[in-house]
Amino acid sequence: MSNFTPWSALLGGMLLGLSASLLLLLSGRTAGISGVLGGIFGAAKSEWPWRVAFVGAMAASVLVTQPLGVSVPVLPNYSLAWIVFAGLAVGVGTQLANGCTSGHGICGIGRFSPRSIVATGVFMITAALVVGVSAYLGAGYV
Amino acid sequence: MYKIIVGLITGLLFGLGMNISQMVDPNKVLNFLDVFGAWDASLAFVIGGALLVFTPFYHLIIKPRGRAINGDEYRCVPTNQAITKRLIGGSVLFGIGWGMVGICPGPAVASLLRGEAAIYWFLLSMLLGHYLSKRLFSRA
Repeated sequence: MSNFTPWSALLGGMLLGLSASLLLLLSGRTAGISGVLGGIFGAAKSEWPWRVAFVGAMAASVLVTQPLGVSVPVLPNYSLAWIVFAGLAVGVGTQLANGCTSGHGICGIGRFSPRSIVATGVFMITAALVVGVSAYLGAGYV
Repeated sequence: MYKIIVGLITGLLFGLGMNISQMVDPNKVLNFLDVFGAWDASLAFVIGGALLVFTPFYHLIIKPRGRAINGDEYRCVPTNQAITKRLIGGSVLFGIGWGMVGICPGPAVASLLRGEAAIYWFLLSMLLGHYLSKRLFSRA
């Protein structure tokens, strides 16, 4: 097993769970990031300000973690076409499935929603297969 | 104003969670998904930690209230309970994209300020995907 970090993973995960809990309890909204972003198209104007605040604060979180010495990831050197295709697949897929790792994987599973449990299983297995196949083929790099 | 402040606090917590758990690191994500290779189980602890907090919070505090503290209805309760082709197909597509780069929507947003071109291209094409699917597939 490579680079196993269970404690930081557990702590970070609990913060995600706390965030999702507070957002739902206080404002009635789901912390599903594809939903927060995807809802930009066609969302009521009153839904914009809190979404912008949420996304902005989320992006700003690196200003807190970097001084704490949380390591900065190095992105794999994929070709532009590979990244754009992946982004499109994620955009269309999360929109059709009404959620991603946060909306289905945390909020949906936590509510014991059958749809979310199925969705999470399907995207996890698909992604694992893609990782296996593209590693085997050595695909995606410049 | 209330919803903006809640958005700021929960967005910051969510971003901290993404960074501290290292979910923002595509290599970490890909190693988790690489079950037949040098598997790194850490991300199972991220999901486990999130569910450890969210699940009891939802069932003991949120659900019994019936409404959010500001009086809004909960927007998470699905009107459609069915397992549809749309749900499965969408999840397969999402899995393909996620497996290709190790980036999903949350980590992409949490990495915005790092200023890496790959993140901007990913987010732009993801938003284009959102827009296209809204135009092409009417609500099922």
